[in-house]
Amino acid sequence: MAVLVKIPTQLRAAAEGAAETEVSGETVAEALNGLYERYGELRERIANEDGSLRRFVNVYLAGEDIRFLDGLATPVPDGAELTILPAVAGG
Amino acid sequence: MAVSHLQCKECKAQYPLEALYVCEQCFGPLEVAYDHSGISLDVGELRRRIQGGPQNIWRYADFLPLAGGPPGPSGRLASRVGLPAGCTPLIRADRLAERLGLREVWVKNDAANPTHSFKDRVVSVAVTRARELGFETIACASTGNLANSVAAHGAALGMDSYVFIPANLEEQKILATGIYGTKLVGVDGSYDDVNRLCTELCAERDWAFVNINLRPYYAEGSKTLAFEIAEQLGWELPDRCVVPVASGSLFTKIARGFEEWTELGLIEGKAPRMNGAQAEGCSPVASAYADGHDVCRPVKPDTIAKSLAIGNPADGPYALDLARRTGGGVDAVSDDEIRAGIKLLAETTGVFTETAGGVTTAVLAKLAARGDIDPDERVVLVITGDGLKTLDAVRDSFETYKIGASVESFENTVPEAVAV
Repeated sequence: MAVLVKIPTQLRAAAEGAAETEVSGETVAEALNGLYERYGELRERIANEDGSLRRFVNVYLAGEDIRFLDGLATPVPDGAELTILPAVAGG
Repeated sequence: MAVSHLQCKECKAQYPLEALYVCEQCFGPLEVAYDHSGISLDVGELRRRIQGGPQNIWRYADFLPLAGGPPGPSGRLASRVGLPAGCTPLIRADRLAERLGLREVWVKNDAANPTHSFKDRVVSVAVTRARELGFETIACASTGNLANSVAAHGAALGMDSYVFIPANLEEQKILATGIYGTKLVGVDGSYDDVNRLCTELCAERDWAFVNINLRPYYAEGSKTLAFEIAEQLGWELPDRCVVPVASGSLFTKIARGFEEWTELGLIEGKAPRMNGAQAEGCSPVASAYADGHDVCRPVKPDTIAKSLAIGNPADGPYALDLARRTGGGVDAVSDDEIRAGIKLLAETTGVFTETAGGVTTAVLAKLAARGDIDPDERVVLVITGDGLKTLDAVRDSFETYKIGASVESFENTVPEAVAV
């Protein structure tokens, strides 16, 4: 499945300046792994050692927080958009 | 000025004092750091300096993140610049205390701000910093009170503003925002959707989103509530504060304000117990507290307390840590308890608060009923917004006598008021 991952400004320096990139995967976890394979530095920025997301990272599938779906195991349809954003805004 | 740099709350990485809010290393939140080594250590002199300042939050400019000091040609004239916030009443609420079986309760009535909520404090600081940084447009994601404040500050300072709100907000809050001539955007979704959208918009625009890219500065404004409470109590600390929790920023920054002044010797004593207040229909922090977790699981809000309806609270982990560290807690109350809380506060103090204040009052009542509060404690109840903002919450909560314009009709209808 082709997935478009949107990269927040704060992480673009670790992603050769890319604002978005297309990866493939059946689930959110696989798509993120595809992202880490392309830009190795991103893994430690947004994920813990066990692969779970750091607590100040939000990931949205088509605008919905993946924690309301199946988390990292959420299936991603072909052509889906995955958005990574900082969780420290608002209030 | 004592402001020094931005620092990541998690990994302590340092950043310059710019419009930044996220650590690039670990994604943690950035916070303003100060160097108070240049400040007078003579407590008397420091207190006199504060007391000689303007009757608004700029009297605390030494402890706020502005490079150029308070706005305006001089501190004395600062009240003529923008929309000065703060110096709201701290009212001794003996009738409320008596009703709850407590000895000493104070109500900090922050509805008495220019746009009738505590948000004027944080917006004043954020917008002043935004001007220092050269921004021409201000913006926010809001549950309502912030919308009022950003729109009004934009008008007062002649800055363009964009205000993003959930489209289903209370009518009073929508009307009291649009009137200032802001560009008001109603988003089809919850506050958390609005916040996500604004975080995306913020990255591509040269705007100062007060609670996103200016958030480190914005949050500092809430410390002034602690400063005022301490100053109004005669440079003393309360034993306990009950504070509403939405993102957790206000809750944690009030505690930070007390801490900062204690470190400087301006006040002495034990840090107050901090009790957070949430609505059951949006209680990610209270649930995590009850379950012993140190992070919050996001929720989809469904409560009449719309100003607290943040399902994904940015400062949730810090709020949990604070409640535990100070021996306080985080509790949630039902919509009926919220309505009863609004009524209780109104009937015993003459202060009419919005739903968030109903949440806070109801949590105080719950703590008192549970016996969590020692009768000798001095408790401060932080009331953050005005009841005129959420009129639907009190509709049909009382009856009005209907009479003809005659003495007879009055006495027939209201027999207990018959003249004897």
